[in-house]
Amino acid sequence: MARKTVEGSFAVAEAVRNCEPDVAACYPITPSTHVAEELANYYADGELKEYITTESELSSMSACIGASAAGSRTVTVTSGQGFALMHEAVYCAAGMRLPIVMIVGNRALSAPLNIWGDWQDAVTERDSGWIQFYCENSQEALDTVPQAYKVAEATLLPAMVCMDGFYITHAVEPVEIPGKEEIRKYLPPFNPKVRLDPDNPVSMGEYALPSHYQQFRQDLHEDLLAAEKIVRDANGGYAAQFGRSYGDGTIEEYKSGDADYVFVSMGSICGNAKEAVDALRAKGEKAGLVRIRLFRPFPYDALAKALSGKKSVGVFEKSYDLGALAPLCSDVSASIALLKGDRPALSSFIGGLGGKDVTVAHVSEMLAKIKQGKTLTEWI
Amino acid sequence: MAYEPLFSAGHTACAGCPMPTVIRQVLEATGPDVVVVNATSCSEIISSAYPRSAWRVPYVHSLFENPPAVASGVVRALRAQGNGHTTVLVVAGDGSTYDIGFGALSGMLERNEDVLYVCYDNEAYMNTGVQRSGATPYGARTTTSPVGRVHRGKELSKKPIVEIVAAHRVPYAASASIGHPQDLAAKVKKAMGIRGSRFIDVFSPCIPGWGIPSDSAIRYAKLAVETGLWRLSEYEHGEFKLNVKPSPRKPVKEYFAGQARFRHLKDEDVAKIQAMTDEEWKKLG
Repeated sequence: MARKTVEGSFAVAEAVRNCEPDVAACYPITPSTHVAEELANYYADGELKEYITTESELSSMSACIGASAAGSRTVTVTSGQGFALMHEAVYCAAGMRLPIVMIVGNRALSAPLNIWGDWQDAVTERDSGWIQFYCENSQEALDTVPQAYKVAEATLLPAMVCMDGFYITHAVEPVEIPGKEEIRKYLPPFNPKVRLDPDNPVSMGEYALPSHYQQFRQDLHEDLLAAEKIVRDANGGYAAQFGRSYGDGTIEEYKSGDADYVFVSMGSICGNAKEAVDALRAKGEKAGLVRIRLFRPFPYDALAKALSGKKSVGVFEKSYDLGALAPLCSDVSASIALLKGDRPALSSFIGGLGGKDVTVAHVSEMLAKIKQGKTLTEWI
Repeated sequence: MAYEPLFSAGHTACAGCPMPTVIRQVLEATGPDVVVVNATSCSEIISSAYPRSAWRVPYVHSLFENPPAVASGVVRALRAQGNGHTTVLVVAGDGSTYDIGFGALSGMLERNEDVLYVCYDNEAYMNTGVQRSGATPYGARTTTSPVGRVHRGKELSKKPIVEIVAAHRVPYAASASIGHPQDLAAKVKKAMGIRGSRFIDVFSPCIPGWGIPSDSAIRYAKLAVETGLWRLSEYEHGEFKLNVKPSPRKPVKEYFAGQARFRHLKDEDVAKIQAMTDEEWKKLG
């Protein structure tokens, strides 16, 4: 266990190295470039076996597909436009059941061009069949890397570890980074039963006719839903070994147990939200926070339970579904619909897009609005 | 013992399509210690409809434009696992190679990945119903280079892909043809003895796409070489070698005769293409 004060990107890169992937395939893009650079440094020092400097993010994901199909643990890194360019291969990775782990420094999508953080790059891929983790800080992001590999390889589903561009990728914080030996005890070697092996030839990535295609999609969906429990187990196992856990692995409830009104969000804004909730609690207000860590598969039941009996809920997100209800709020709405009897009022707040600053004061203002118990849709 | 090719019978290629023969020729030379990375293409569609497969060797397909990158991943993974013997073979069509996967191909070549890349070149997007590609030759009619009142067939030349590949300074780049199977086999064998990126563009006529009889693919492949419209050549460590110098070259009109894609060509069009071809060969010396 190394204790150091480093940039989030470097902390995550070190955690990746310590998971001992065979192959990294990277293309630089702000704000995740430092992760790709640090992995290149490890390769240069012989601490990473293979590093492919691809000519595009689409090729990075494609190289990971090839390496994973050949039976190797793989990693790639991306953000924003690079992520969008990968789109076609992102679906392939999930459809082919390849447990690739991708580090995402979340970034806004063009146009207009913008290098700063929001979640739209990853949220827009929510239907692709990947497991999606959203992390609050550097420590969680690096801890989520071995968990992502563990869950991905146990379920044969790819997983992405999302961290807010700049707010986490470039923030310098003290962290504890588990070493290779410790991670080996947590994460067994990747040894898939099916791989590209001349001694046991298989065909991978075949096409499916109308008679078979839908069954593949249904299987993927059902296995993704079943992965929610594996995520909880991975979080619990990590806590047992390393002493750190993130809620139940899917959601984190912060002072929300006896709260009347609750702020729901993901990622680094939840640090600000905790401050805002603390300040309200100091005044005797029954405010709380529920942080969603696992966005796909979406923890509907856990969230419904956490929001049961609340008077009012407000969802803040750095993502959108233009022309429709914002995506995270839409999922929260579906959770609330599971509740019997009185349901909390639900408000949607969209903000922080393209790096627009959202402060503790902003969260406090949103909480004041949530407390009113109305149904609002606002851009912050 | 019965002949059991590594690319099996039961695939669904059109009658008379030479592409499965190209694949068999190549696999004969590589042997079974190979991983095939396939582009979305006719070759994929005729061979890999779930739950069946014509491939008796490990096979992976994911997309149209990414086989060079997928192959790069396979090669590095095998190397990381300590496997220094398995050949990684890309099988792709000209649409993937010349056009949509060109960036990925260039990246793979620049990195000099240890991959044998075979393009079967039927000179258009045949899988989607005969649209022009960067490999479609001057004058050819396709569904996206139709013969209209103003524009008549493709008015642009085929990319010199072998030269473009060779310009990446890879150890081996060659053009071959299904009309010359021994030359093709020799080239694959030679490529097998070289490490790094190796590229072979194999001329492979398309029966419905070119509008030719199903027993004529080999005849047209030979005619393409004999008329000088296709050449058999190789760049070995940058050194150019012409493998066949047809002398005298047959007139190009003999090659065009009977191909529906060239039926619209007028005498002056044929004369222009003959002049272009003569000019090319003058450069070859």
